[in-house]
Amino acid sequence: MSAPIVRFRGVSKSYDGRTPVVAGLDLDIARGEFLTLLGPSGSGKTTTLMMLAGFEDPSSGSIELEGKRIDTVPPHKRGIGVVFQNYALFPHMTVARNLAFPLSVRGTSRAEITTRIAKALEMVRLSGFGDRRPQQLSGGQQQRVALARALIFSPSLVLMDEPLGALDKQLREELQLEIRRIHATLGVTIVYVTHDQSEALTMSDRIAVFEGGRIQQLGSADAIYERPANAFVAGFIGENNRMEAVVADSTTLRLSDGTMLATAPHGFSAGERVIACIRPEKVHLAEAGQRAPVTEVVYLGDHCRLRLSYAGLPDFFAKRPSLDGVALPQVGEAVFLAIPPTAVMVFRATPHRE
Amino acid sequence: MRRTNWLAALLIAPLMLLILGSFLLPVGFALFTAVADREVAATLPRTRAALAAWDGVGLPPEPAFAAMAQELGQALEDRRIGDMAQRLNFERTGMRGLLLRTARAAGRLEAPYAASMVALDARWGEGDTWLLVQRAGGPVTPLYLLRAMDLQRAPGGGVQAVAAEEALYRQLFWRTLGISLAVTALCVLLAYPVAYTIAKLSAPWSAVALMLVLIPFWSSVLVRSTAWFVLLQREGPVNQAMMALGLIDAPVQVVGTRIAVVVALVHVLLPFAVLPMHSVMKRLDGIYLRAAASLGANGVQRFLRVYLPMSMPGVLAGAAMVFLLAVGMYTAPALVGGDRDQMVAWFIAYFMNREVNWGMAAALSAYLLAMTGAAIGLARVLTGGVATIGGRA
Ligand SMILES: Nc1ncnc2c1ncn2[C@@H]1O[C@H](COP(=O)(O)OP(=O)(O)OP(=O)(O)O)[C@@H](O)[C@H]1O
Ligand SMILES: [Mg+2]
Repeated sequence: MSAPIVRFRGVSKSYDGRTPVVAGLDLDIARGEFLTLLGPSGSGKTTTLMMLAGFEDPSSGSIELEGKRIDTVPPHKRGIGVVFQNYALFPHMTVARNLAFPLSVRGTSRAEITTRIAKALEMVRLSGFGDRRPQQLSGGQQQRVALARALIFSPSLVLMDEPLGALDKQLREELQLEIRRIHATLGVTIVYVTHDQSEALTMSDRIAVFEGGRIQQLGSADAIYERPANAFVAGFIGENNRMEAVVADSTTLRLSDGTMLATAPHGFSAGERVIACIRPEKVHLAEAGQRAPVTEVVYLGDHCRLRLSYAGLPDFFAKRPSLDGVALPQVGEAVFLAIPPTAVMVFRATPHRE
Repeated sequence: MRRTNWLAALLIAPLMLLILGSFLLPVGFALFTAVADREVAATLPRTRAALAAWDGVGLPPEPAFAAMAQELGQALEDRRIGDMAQRLNFERTGMRGLLLRTARAAGRLEAPYAASMVALDARWGEGDTWLLVQRAGGPVTPLYLLRAMDLQRAPGGGVQAVAAEEALYRQLFWRTLGISLAVTALCVLLAYPVAYTIAKLSAPWSAVALMLVLIPFWSSVLVRSTAWFVLLQREGPVNQAMMALGLIDAPVQVVGTRIAVVVALVHVLLPFAVLPMHSVMKRLDGIYLRAAASLGANGVQRFLRVYLPMSMPGVLAGAAMVFLLAVGMYTAPALVGGDRDQMVAWFIAYFMNREVNWGMAAALSAYLLAMTGAAIGLARVLTGGVATIGGRA
């Protein structure tokens, strides 16, 4: 891997001088990658992005862009494209003038501006919309213009803060593909903020999961889903049955109601309190095994979701794929669970923090 | 759907009635008063009827003379002659004297009246005198509207300018326009940085600053204008301060000058410029400035190309507000201005209170209304039909 385009080193940020909003952030962003910052509301994603764009100053630590510290560089000299959640298109300018803005403040020639606008509009499939005002465009069209405006001056880094947050599901998926396509063709580095995990999983090269101002895990989509680093990530990404347990021996956990669960708790000693997580789709129904009464059945077409009461938990979920000729379990019946030892993820009881 | 419409109509009915009763009707009445011509028809109905058939050549027939003599006498006896005499005298100086003299002599006049009246006063032998009375028969006259533009009806028909020494009103309107535009420009220039600063202040301080802007509203225009009179007079603090600073050697006469009028008006009207600007700037989302910065615009470019145009609706609303109020200002110029600094409103008051010439007051009002209407229209054109007062941000 060549030198990272952005490098956060021990960056912390606090608005009030006491509670850290971002704490000790170390992050290298590779040139050309699509990195997503994913996390619950208030976890510091926007703050991280705004420090990179130059609208907030880190309380401590340093940020490097292209190998140079940018602490003292004002936003307009950083050359970073930003797409804001609410588009922030200038309402008093036409689409074409909006697109011309970053070029004309740089003194680009008129002829050059005209050709670049035409190309940019073509890229976001809005040729012929140049004379419209932003208010005359739909939400999706406005976001496309915002995208084109952030890209038209050929920045090597583009930041997007929940750019699709205000759009409905269908439009969102359409624009996700479009952003991916643009990323692939232009080769720009994109730092993307979202709290929609499916968006993060489908779009990103790497995902940084934020919580409490810290990166809980940084990795590819499958790594984060299959091998969560701690109980928070396991619970935040995808669905999970979360259970408190005590390590019985090197191959078994004892759940709070005494149920024994077979697994291999690496790196834990007997008697230690842990959290066990099991994804619903990894729970199999069997002819015999651990017994669990069904309290709810939700039919979802390709699969059905069962709410079971198991090991003292009233809400233990299992997913069962729809199978030909096999009847659905009924509420009040009991099913038998087969939980493969590899499906049980074991985490330290206190959230893992560096 | 129908029911809600009815309900809505019912709910706004009181407001509509109020607007109708307190605004549309009086304005309509005032506009009509500017062209109404009732006095001659009310006081000399038979004379008017006798003159109706006259072709205006030479002198009218004997019945017109007879009716005039009798009706003048009767009107004097009934004390109804004043309004009519004033009306005709306004159009031609000297008519009041002629009418009163004839009325007093009415008892002694005898047929043929054409001869005895001319003997009494030679002016009854002039066709122009009778034409004047004939044309004043009503019901409408362009007299006041013409005079308010320094015009009059030419004897042979058509319109001509009044004598240069009587011309007054066109200059008055230009002066009003000039003072109002100067006051508007100064208010906008002074208010913009104030509104900008207040909009940038954080929560408690912006409220305090806004209150400071509003403090002048706690006292009346009269009090504030009087205060300027005190401040600006020869022995006043402004002169004393400037002398103490060595800027001037002797007190300067400020009261009674155009400068005093402009200063007082700017002071009175400044809050009306600050408030609309502030309300637009307050809602102007900082996200646009951030977007501009991220796109590479420096501070000056951000202000000139994003902030200024986006705050323009507020500027125009404030300017329109100040202009409309300035055009109709009466108190401040009357207190601190000289004779040559008075604006249209002063003359309207003059014609109503002193001259009791409602036609002239109404005609001046009508032109003032047209002027403000034109200003609003211009503001709309300038903003592409977007903003007027309270327009969209
Ligand atoms: N200007 C500010 N002043 C004070 N506190 C702030 C400011 N901006 C953000 N915060 C606080 O910092 C924390 C992190 O905010 P941030 O906007 O970075 O979260 P986020 O991850 O982007 O959340 P969301 O998904 O809701 O956008 C929050 O607790 C927020 O209240
Ligand atoms: Mg955010």
